[in-house]
Amino acid sequence: MNTNVVHKAETPKLSIAMEERKALRANPAKAIAEKLDFWYGSNHALKNINLVIPENQVTALIGPSGCGKSTFLRCFNRMHDLQADTRYAGSIMLHPENVNLVGKDVDPIEVRMRIGMVFQKPNPFPKTVFENVAYGLRLRGFSNRTDLAERVEKALRGAAIWDEVKDRLNDSALALSGGQMQRLCIARALATEPEILLFDEPTSALDPIATASIEELITELRQRVTILIVTHNMQQAARVSDFTAFMYLGELVEVDATSKIFTNPSKKATEDYITGRYG
Amino acid sequence: MSAVLTIEELRSGLAWRKNLDKAFVVVGLLILMSCLGLLALLFLDLVRDGASRFGWDFLTQFPSRKAERAGILSAWVGTSMIMLVTALVALPVGVAAAIYLEEYAPKNWFTGVIEINVTNLAGVPSIVYGLLALGLFVYKFGFGQSVLSAGLTLALLILPIIIVGTREALRAVPKAIREAAYGLGATRWEVTKDHVLPYSTGGILTGLILGLSRAIGETAPIITIGALSFIAFLPNSPISGTFPFVNFEWLKSEFTAMPIQIFNWVSRPDQAFQQNAAAAAAILLGMTLAMNAIAIWIRYRFRKKINW
Repeated sequence: MNTNVVHKAETPKLSIAMEERKALRANPAKAIAEKLDFWYGSNHALKNINLVIPENQVTALIGPSGCGKSTFLRCFNRMHDLQADTRYAGSIMLHPENVNLVGKDVDPIEVRMRIGMVFQKPNPFPKTVFENVAYGLRLRGFSNRTDLAERVEKALRGAAIWDEVKDRLNDSALALSGGQMQRLCIARALATEPEILLFDEPTSALDPIATASIEELITELRQRVTILIVTHNMQQAARVSDFTAFMYLGELVEVDATSKIFTNPSKKATEDYITGRYG
Repeated sequence: MSAVLTIEELRSGLAWRKNLDKAFVVVGLLILMSCLGLLALLFLDLVRDGASRFGWDFLTQFPSRKAERAGILSAWVGTSMIMLVTALVALPVGVAAAIYLEEYAPKNWFTGVIEINVTNLAGVPSIVYGLLALGLFVYKFGFGQSVLSAGLTLALLILPIIIVGTREALRAVPKAIREAAYGLGATRWEVTKDHVLPYSTGGILTGLILGLSRAIGETAPIITIGALSFIAFLPNSPISGTFPFVNFEWLKSEFTAMPIQIFNWVSRPDQAFQQNAAAAAAILLGMTLAMNAIAIWIRYRFRKKINW
């Protein structure tokens, strides 16, 4: 692991790049990860991650396979708690209340109720289109039929799929195309109006046309919700995100405005990755 | 030429390998056909021997000293009631156990021991269940030689089948679906009740019916707990015309069952009773096959509805 040693020297210590500092003045932080470590058993998967997630902006996490970007994403809604033998240290503070999302005293279910997630492979429930979107609301105790219908429509419109499914709300969600399913999953997450929406490589199972529609949707959504997206596809990060964080071997190597990262990265490792020298 | 074989060598070698492939198909089909053929032969033999006894009277008459007047009314009613008790007990207990083991139990040595033992239970000889039930249900709990005791005994017997079948069905629900539900803020029980259970209903019901079709033919355990072979009355009907419309008197009733009736008739020297036994056996076999057919149909229906 020689490379590890090399990059360790370059790891920033809670230093926020100038560009991001400027942007943060306009967009206050929605969440701040500070000295975040994470272990799967004895595997130290995330090491001292420090990152500011600006409100109503898209932050992309990039890096080669196994660098920990999905692991980091899943800390935000405590998905790791579903697995035995996982451990967090440090904090992810959610603003404005300053709740530590990975705190031991914070209920993971409460965290998941505030922070939505869209997964790699479209995973609609084998229920009707309507029930898919309504499920999160039902969990929160909404049962009034007209209220539910209104909120479901709003979510489906928000995910730019309303026109395609408005006549088939009672059809099985499994009858939709892959791209439609993924937008339905976005609608399902949007219905409960999450404070942060996590995307875990949301287009890796989709064809280019469906991918374009999801990317367009993400760009629209940033008006309303803070977005954190993991992507394998650097062009995608460049297209949809405002900020990009480059991770390598469980560490955060560099974070900056996307335009800066892709034109003038300050770290050698970042430059090597985005120019395709490894990945 | 850089290949390791000449084209002639390649072709002759490939021809030999393809012949082996074909040979396996032939052997496999032969074995399959002989198994199915044996079953068909057995069934036809029973039908032929019992042919003279099939008819409405055979189903609606009580057993009798005279072979030509004897019927299986008390036997099939008894079997149906026992199956009802078995299903009502084994399904909730088995499904609950499977849910606990699959969704809740931590993976440690203790659950490992439980899992191994559940599998072992499936291999315990059925007479052992009979002895357990005789001591526990008949005497200790005082249920007597009743429909209730028999139903509980057979429920114990098929519990491992239902647990294993249910676990398979639960496991078939993809992780992605569970994550989707957890991601929306569902609790473990909500994930189970709203998603995992509904999506695995087909597999669970299939397991139940396969268990029941095993139980329906069991003879040893219900002889052990004291099934009677000559019963000329029916248990009280569970449904009555007067308030409160249901009663549970039938649970305490003495009983007989199809396999008992068949065993009783077979052991008589009179040839005419042998015919009765053959006819009853054919009907029992038909009941089992019908239950399996229902299981296949249910599985097909649910597979069509949910296609991951």
